[in-house]
Amino acid sequence: MPPPRSRVRVRVYPLGDTALFAELGTRLDTALNTRAIALAAALQKRRDVRRAVAGHGAVTVQFDPDQISHDALASAIRRLATKRPPVEEPGRLHRIPVVYDGPDLEAVARERGLAPQQVVEIHGRPIYRVFLVGFVPGWAYMGPLADELVLPRRAIPRTRVPAGSVAIAGQETGIYPFASPGGWHLIGRTSVRLFLPDSDPPSLFRTGDRVKFFAASE
Amino acid sequence: MTPALRVVAPGLLTTVQDLGRPHALASGVSPGGAMDRFAHSAANLLVGNERGAATLECTLRGPRLVAERPCLIAVTGADLEPRVNEAAAPLWTGFELEAGDELSFGARRSGTRAYIAVAGGILAERWLGSMSTNLLVARGGMHGRPLREGDMISADEPHERPPAGQTVPEQLRPGYADHTLHAIAGPQADRLVKESRDSLFNTSFQVSPDSNRMGYRLVGATLEAPGEEVLSFGLVAGAVQLPSGGRPILLMADHQTAGGYPVAAVVVSASMPVAAQLAPGDELRFVETSIERALQMREAQRAALDALVT
Repeated sequence: MPPPRSRVRVRVYPLGDTALFAELGTRLDTALNTRAIALAAALQKRRDVRRAVAGHGAVTVQFDPDQISHDALASAIRRLATKRPPVEEPGRLHRIPVVYDGPDLEAVARERGLAPQQVVEIHGRPIYRVFLVGFVPGWAYMGPLADELVLPRRAIPRTRVPAGSVAIAGQETGIYPFASPGGWHLIGRTSVRLFLPDSDPPSLFRTGDRVKFFAASE
Repeated sequence: MTPALRVVAPGLLTTVQDLGRPHALASGVSPGGAMDRFAHSAANLLVGNERGAATLECTLRGPRLVAERPCLIAVTGADLEPRVNEAAAPLWTGFELEAGDELSFGARRSGTRAYIAVAGGILAERWLGSMSTNLLVARGGMHGRPLREGDMISADEPHERPPAGQTVPEQLRPGYADHTLHAIAGPQADRLVKESRDSLFNTSFQVSPDSNRMGYRLVGATLEAPGEEVLSFGLVAGAVQLPSGGRPILLMADHQTAGGYPVAAVVVSASMPVAAQLAPGDELRFVETSIERALQMREAQRAALDALVT
């Protein structure tokens, strides 16, 4: 008897003439992300696929239209997406020291009716999953964040967030690898370097990795 | 080997570019590479290089370069009025520089980015498999930065050196004056309210001063695409993103690798050379097209390049 096929609805959209966007779901969900990573890995093995990048719950597939049509690749994606993903190896675990003295720590605590120390404890409690490495070099979208800390982004983004800032927004947490503009709430900072330009891959975190924060002094 | 060219004046923004580093996407590193891949590839083919060899991408105001040794070069893309020793130099055509000859540029006549290829291919720092200059992290190319006065540009020993005078026929050169960008509706196009969808495909937008190799901010109709937050996903060059303010952003070669804004449309690959030739202040217009038509345009461009391979 063949293994039971799980029910997954995948929606496939063109992303221009040389890429497809395969959406498995629109919720922040670890199981969904596992499926997206497995689908990207399966697609990356195909000769007609140039690059398959897993997002939170979707895969962006750049392909060679000389080798396969949009429709044929979309069918292949739907077929692959219904396959049960292989049992995932647990991602590498990173322990990240954080000095919790961010400029938004008090405001986050106030907004959520917590003491700053509770924000620190709640943020440091889970082992987060790296859902996606991207945006800028070394940036990782991590989560899910505990419900007690969920807040929309700042109404007015900062024009400059210092490198190493540990931040939260929505159901996620992240670390700014560079000084850059940013709209997330800054609750702390770390000295761990996330972008490693002399390594290949040049990012400390990879999609599927696990991350645990702990409070540290300077 | 003696360097090929010495930089007397760097121009506004001259960088080493090849076809980029797409495999670095998974680390959040933009793919980068030449903005106008057609002009870049054509320049290489005219001097006997592989299409992906490194070239110099010159922006709006070209550099002044002196040949340190004889070399075969080609200048393609934007017409920034190239000259050799003050005499007009040809575009889209291979020609020889003697040692001591000075290649310089004058006024912008059309387009924004000109490409200079040197027979053998320009040699520069390789980072993550590419010599393209990544300005954000200051890696690749010429120490990760634009050219400066006094820089020496090296080129590899050519495998084969075609005769000077190879040219891209007039009718096969891209029409940079027509700023129509063909685009296919994006994954979140359905979110656009009716008026916004009409505006996207039927009105013009202006490239704002706040535009660069990462992307162009577009000024024009405000586009509304209400709905739940989009989870960040992998992006491609040509994507037209809609941030919450409704002012679209067209992603270019050095684009961010992931984002969570709705993508209303994606400019097709055959229109990206035209997009690459736009400068702040230029008007552009998106026209919705089909995948079939996009692939035909792509094929026509490739045939034009294939015709240059001897």
